[in-house]
Amino acid sequence: MADSKIIKSKYFFEEDFTEELAEVSANKYADWNKKELKVVGKPVSRVDGYDKVSGSAVFTFDVILPNMAHAKTLRCPHPHAKIKRINTKKAEKIPGVLGILTYENAPKISWYGKSFLFDPHLRYEGDEVAFVAAENERIAEQALKLIEVDYEILPFVTDAAEAMKKDAPKLYDDGNIRGGKPSVYERGDIDKGFEEASAVAEQTYKTQVEIHNPTEPHCSVVNWDGDYLTIWDSTQGVFSVRDRVADVLKLPASRVRVIKKYMGGAFGAKLEAGKYTVMAALLARKIGRPVRIALDRREMNLSVGNRPDSVQKLKGGATKDGRLTALYQYSYGAAGAHPAGAGCSWALRTMYLCPNVKTEEYTVYINAGRARPFRAPGHVQGFFALEALIDELAEKIGMDPLEFRIKNHTDRDQVFDAPYTSKLLLDAYRVAAEAIGWKNRPQPAGSDAGPLKRGIGMSSQIWWGGGGPPAYATLKLNRDGSVRIIAGSQDIGTGTYTILAQVASEVLEIPMEKVEVLLGDTAVAPYCGSSGGSTTAPSVSPAVRDAAEQMKAKLLSGAAAHLNVSESQLVYRNGVIHTKGKNKKSMTIREIARKMGERVLVTTGKREANPDGYAINSFGVQFAEVEVDTETGKVSVKKIVAAYDIGRVLNPKTLENQIHGGIIQGLGFALFEERIIDRNTGKVLTTNLHDYKLPTVKDTPQIDIRIVSKGDSKISNTGVKGVGEPAMIPTPAAIGNAVYNAIGKRIKSLPITPDKVLTALQS
Amino acid sequence: MKKINIRFKVNGRQADLNIAPNKRLLDVLRDDLGLTGTKEGCDIGECGACTVVLNGRAVHSCLILAAQANGAEIITVEGLTQNGELHPLQKNFLEHGAVQCGFCIPGMLLSSYALLKENPHPREDDIKEAIAGNLCRCTGYKQIIQAVEAAANENNE
Repeated sequence: MADSKIIKSKYFFEEDFTEELAEVSANKYADWNKKELKVVGKPVSRVDGYDKVSGSAVFTFDVILPNMAHAKTLRCPHPHAKIKRINTKKAEKIPGVLGILTYENAPKISWYGKSFLFDPHLRYEGDEVAFVAAENERIAEQALKLIEVDYEILPFVTDAAEAMKKDAPKLYDDGNIRGGKPSVYERGDIDKGFEEASAVAEQTYKTQVEIHNPTEPHCSVVNWDGDYLTIWDSTQGVFSVRDRVADVLKLPASRVRVIKKYMGGAFGAKLEAGKYTVMAALLARKIGRPVRIALDRREMNLSVGNRPDSVQKLKGGATKDGRLTALYQYSYGAAGAHPAGAGCSWALRTMYLCPNVKTEEYTVYINAGRARPFRAPGHVQGFFALEALIDELAEKIGMDPLEFRIKNHTDRDQVFDAPYTSKLLLDAYRVAAEAIGWKNRPQPAGSDAGPLKRGIGMSSQIWWGGGGPPAYATLKLNRDGSVRIIAGSQDIGTGTYTILAQVASEVLEIPMEKVEVLLGDTAVAPYCGSSGGSTTAPSVSPAVRDAAEQMKAKLLSGAAAHLNVSESQLVYRNGVIHTKGKNKKSMTIREIARKMGERVLVTTGKREANPDGYAINSFGVQFAEVEVDTETGKVSVKKIVAAYDIGRVLNPKTLENQIHGGIIQGLGFALFEERIIDRNTGKVLTTNLHDYKLPTVKDTPQIDIRIVSKGDSKISNTGVKGVGEPAMIPTPAAIGNAVYNAIGKRIKSLPITPDKVLTALQS
Repeated sequence: MKKINIRFKVNGRQADLNIAPNKRLLDVLRDDLGLTGTKEGCDIGECGACTVVLNGRAVHSCLILAAQANGAEIITVEGLTQNGELHPLQKNFLEHGAVQCGFCIPGMLLSSYALLKENPHPREDDIKEAIAGNLCRCTGYKQIIQAVEAAANENNE
C-alpha cells in the first residue's frame, strides 16, 4: 500500500497549462456509489459557518498585531507619466510617519518582466509612486498628500484599437502588441470550410472591462521575527505568495510563512503576490514593526486586476442541414499596462464540432490597470460572442438553436484530439430545455406583444476544471480519535474546509465534528496549488481521500496487532473495528490511538495522476428568461435554468452557493458592470461601488439547478470536476440571446444597458 | 487635534471613550473596541459591510462620526449572540447556506435584524428592500432571503 511515483503533471489552470513534477498516489480505491454515501454528497452546513455568522471569523483584514504600523500607497494620478523629481521630506516630518519608500530608496526589484516594484516610468492611473507607513492610516494618508512629485506627463492611450495603431503612444519600446504578433490557432482549412457552407454569419461582438471587486479589500499584514517573515495575506495561493516574496527578497522559502484563514472573495484578483505585500515587508524590516496594508475600493478598481475587454470579429459557416463547416475569430483585448492574458478563443476552438477553425488574437498594452484572470478568463467573453454567432447561424439556416447545437455536439476534444473522460451535455440540454419551457419561447424573435417583452435564450459551456497533481494532504489521528486534515490549499469562500472534512468523515466513518481542517499555512501544510481554475475540489479532495484510506489501513493494522488476529478477520464500521463472526472483539479509533502512546498516526495523501489520453472538461448549459421593457430599455432577468455535468457533487449546499454566485456575477457582467475610462483624460470614472454597478438582491432571478452527472471515476477517486467558473460562463451569453429573442434586435456589446436597448429598438 | 469624550452602549455594555473627533464610528468599533466583526468594504456607504444597528436603525458605520453616536445604543454582529446562543438570524443564515466568504454577512445580519425589529412579518419584497444596500459578491442572494424568512417565522412562532 501507499504506493506513489513521481510524474510530469500537466493540466489547465485559469489561462494556460501548468506543468510540474508531482508525486502521485498509485493507490486504487473502489468507486463511490452515491446511494451508499453518508456524508459526501449531502447538504452539510459549512464547518466555518459559525465563525462567519458570529462575527468571530478573523479575515486578513481583521488581523491586529501589537505595535502594528499602517501603510498607504501614493498612486500616479496620470495615465502615463515619468517621475522627474520626488521629495518626501515634508511628509517624513509629520509626527507619526515611520517610513517612506520610493524608487529612490527601495531596492530595484524586477516586476511584470519589464518593470520594477517602484518604476519611475508610470504607465497607468494608479501605478505605485510611494509607500508610507505610519502610526495609523489617517497619518499615512496625510503624508501622501505632502509627498511632492514632479511628473513629466506623457501621451497616453486607453483603447486597444487605438493602441494597435502605428503612431499610438508606446508603453514599451517594442510596441503595444504583446509579443509583437497575434497568437494564432488553426486546424483544417477555413477557406475550404466557408466554400462548403450554405450560410455564413459574420459579426463583431464586444465585451467590456469588468472589475473583480471582492468584498474584502486586498490586504496583507507582515511581521519580521529576526530574518523570518510571516505574512497574513488575503490570497488565493499561499505558496505562490511565499515563493514570489522569498524570491524578490532573496530569502530562503523556509524563512517566509504565508497564512490565510478566511478571505472575503477574490475571483482571480488575488492569485499572485501583490506589490503592496512586498513593499510592506521592505518597510516593516526597515522600521522594525509589523505593517498592515489594506487597499481601498478606489485602489481595487484601479490597480489589482480586471477582466480584459474584447473585440471579437467572428465568422461562421454552416450547411443547410446544420453542420458547422468553418469558424473564424479575429480578436483583440487590452492587457492593461503590463503583461497579462487577454485571449478569449478557447470557446470557439473547443465547444462545437467543426473541422475548420482559425483564431487570431492580439493582446494589447494600454495605459490602464493590468488584467488578471477573472472567473473563467476568456471563456465568459468568448461565449458571449460565439453563442450569439451560433444563434445567428441557426436563424439563417432556419433551424432551432438548440437543435443546431445538438447537431454540432462532439465527444472528442478537437484541439488535442482526445476523448473526454465524460460529457453529459446532451442530458443537460434536455433537462434544462424542458425546465425553462424552450418550446414556448416567442417565435419568431420579438413577437411577444409588449410593451414588456419576454424572451428565452441559451448558451452552452465548457471549462477545464479537472485539476490534477500535485496536491497533498496530511491526516493526523489525535489521541481522542478525532482527526486533522492539513493541506496547503485555501478556502476562498467556496467551502473547501467543509468538503474536505466531508471526505475524511466519509472514509473514516466518523462524525464531521471529529474532523478539523487546517488550510492556508505554508509553514505546516504540504503543497497544494492556488485556489483558482475551478481546480481546488478536483485536485485536493482525492488527496484527502487517499490520506483517509491510508489511515483506515493503519487502523486495521493496529487493531489486528492489538487483538492478535489477522487483518482479514476484521471489519471496519462506523469508526469501530471488530472481528467477524461470534465472540466479537472490537476497538474504537480512539482506543487504537491511545494504545499508540505518544506516537501520532500520520498519513499523507496524494492526488493521483490524471488518466492518459483523455481530455477532462466540465460541461453545462444555461437558459435565461428575460423581460425587456421596450419603453425604458430595462432588461430584467426572470429565471435562469442551469444544468451541469460537473462530475460528483460533494455538497449540494456549497454547490448551490457557487452556481448562484456565478450566475449573479454573470448577470452583472451582462447588464451593469463596466469600468469606464474617460478617453480625454485617461482617468477611470468608475472607482467606487456607486459608479461601478454590482448586482443587488433586487436583480436576482429565480434560479433552477439541475446536475446530470454522478461522478467521473476516470478522473480521480472522488470523481469531482470544479464548478466555480462553469457557473458564470454561459450566463451573459444566455441573457444576450434571450434579449434577442424578446425584441428581435441583437445587442452586440456588453453590458446590455437601457440606452443600447432603446437604440436597437429604434434602428 | 483635541480629543473628545464620548460614551455609548455597544451590545449592552457601556463604552467610555476619549477619541479624536474625526474618527468614524466604524474606526472606533474596530480599532478602539476590537469589534472586528463589523467590516469595511467601500468607505462611502455603498456596500453595507459596515452596517450596525444604532438606536434600532440599520446604519453605515463608515458614514457616521463616532461623536454622532454619543449616548446611542449600538448593536454589532458580536451582540447578536446571547449567552453563547446564536440569534435565530445567525442560525438560519448558517443552516440555509447563506454564507460563502462571509465578509458581507455581518452587515446582512444587522440589516435583517433591524428589519425584523420593525416588521416581524416581512414579505419577500420587504426583505429585498432591507438588504438592497448590502452587496454580496459571491453567495448570490436567494439563500439570504430564505434565511431571513425562516428567522422571521421562528420569531413569530
